[in-house]
Amino acid sequence: MNNYLSVEHLTGIKDLTRKDIELIFKTADSFKEVINRPIKKVPSLRDITIANLFFENSTRTRLSFELAEKRLSADVINFSAASSSVKKGETLIDTVNNILAMKVDMVVMRHPNPGAAKFLSERINAKVVNAGDGTHEHPTQALLDAYSIREQLGTVEGKKVVIVGDILHSRVALSNIYCLQKLGAEVMVCGPTTLIPKYIHELGVKVEHNLIAALEWCDVANMLRIQLERQEIKFFPSLREYTMQFGLNKEILDNLSKKIVVMHPGPINRGVEITSDVADSKQAVILQQVENGVAVRMAVIYLLAAKINR
Amino acid sequence: MEKQIILNTRHFELTLNRLCYELIETHNDFSETVLIGLQPRGVNVVSRLKKQLEAILGKEIICGNLDITFYRDDFRRRETPLIPSATNIDFVIENKKVVLIDDVLYTGRTIRSGLDALLAYGRPKKVELLTLIDRRFRRDLPIQADYVGKAVDTLISERVSVEWKEIEGEDKIVLYTPDTNE
Repeated sequence: MNNYLSVEHLTGIKDLTRKDIELIFKTADSFKEVINRPIKKVPSLRDITIANLFFENSTRTRLSFELAEKRLSADVINFSAASSSVKKGETLIDTVNNILAMKVDMVVMRHPNPGAAKFLSERINAKVVNAGDGTHEHPTQALLDAYSIREQLGTVEGKKVVIVGDILHSRVALSNIYCLQKLGAEVMVCGPTTLIPKYIHELGVKVEHNLIAALEWCDVANMLRIQLERQEIKFFPSLREYTMQFGLNKEILDNLSKKIVVMHPGPINRGVEITSDVADSKQAVILQQVENGVAVRMAVIYLLAAKINR
Repeated sequence: MEKQIILNTRHFELTLNRLCYELIETHNDFSETVLIGLQPRGVNVVSRLKKQLEAILGKEIICGNLDITFYRDDFRRRETPLIPSATNIDFVIENKKVVLIDDVLYTGRTIRSGLDALLAYGRPKKVELLTLIDRRFRRDLPIQADYVGKAVDTLISERVSVEWKEIEGEDKIVLYTPDTNE
């Protein structure tokens, strides 16, 4: 069995093979056991330095990456665009090369421009992990979502997953579609016509505009956040109208003919895409997703670090 | 490749039996003692010792498996990365006497990693080491076993393989020597 990832960087799920994803999951199983020990740390990466470059706001993803790195004993430096020279007009390559001059082995980057991670990976001498590039991909989120489905339902193969909400602006949706399809799941997207990209069916996903029908079809519902910060024009008349048509509440959930798993990548707009009683119900695995996020990110970093040559 | 049997099935059984009684001599009724096998191959030794000890003592012996992949000192220095096995320690080792168990003791580096990995579960009162085969005079680190099945003198180019009835079909320990003209 080949124990290496087929890629040198994690820029998107699109570049991964099914074997890669399964290797990441198998490694994450071990790390999940590690983070539930009394001492939640292993010394594997004690000679590796990782820079977390966040050119866009993030709480969960940055904390999750930082924790994953620290649990692997890597040295960590953090950078956020708000307090940096980017504001003074420095280019991305210059910023990153300056950081690499301090002998950094791996870069975890979130950037508002789609393709930024790929661009960087082709130009610098360090491993790159994409922590979200604009509306393009968010690979570790997709991996932890699929990992959580595997944990809840035993397997991803053959399961039906509906992604509800703002598909147009969502990097989580795109990465999830790639990841779930590679693992053999069926994917449906559901949302207002204005928020479903025009040619999305070419990715082989079903499209549905009726929430109840979508929920009756699926085993897992992934409720995405409405990304108001990426919407310069109005895509729907009002949040209230969106909630009435596409918001998931307890009544809808309880009236379904079967029990489904409810996921949400966070941060939740409580009362918009899902109500509080759904978010806090037993069917929602939102906090398990966060826990799995650390284990999955540890696995990704560990497997990429294994490919660093000294 | 030349093959030489170090322990045949009969001596294999005798050796395991002797190790059981050596353990009982020191640990009496095992009320304060746990056995921990190092993944992957030490686990086989533990499951066999557990069976025999329980038959002799008539009580349950607490056993676990420890994976040391993330504690190795050769991460990124090997040809292929290691895939971790399961760690399975669902008891408290704080203030317990721990017997670390592996099949072959060679450079001592695995045991060094095992000690590190073990401490992540708490502070044992005492740690001892049991090994089926001790490839003596081949240590990279100052580590010695407390219980030894058999000590053998080997060359670095040689390989010792512990084979199990459950996996390979027969209990035996084999020494492989590469042909000199290879």
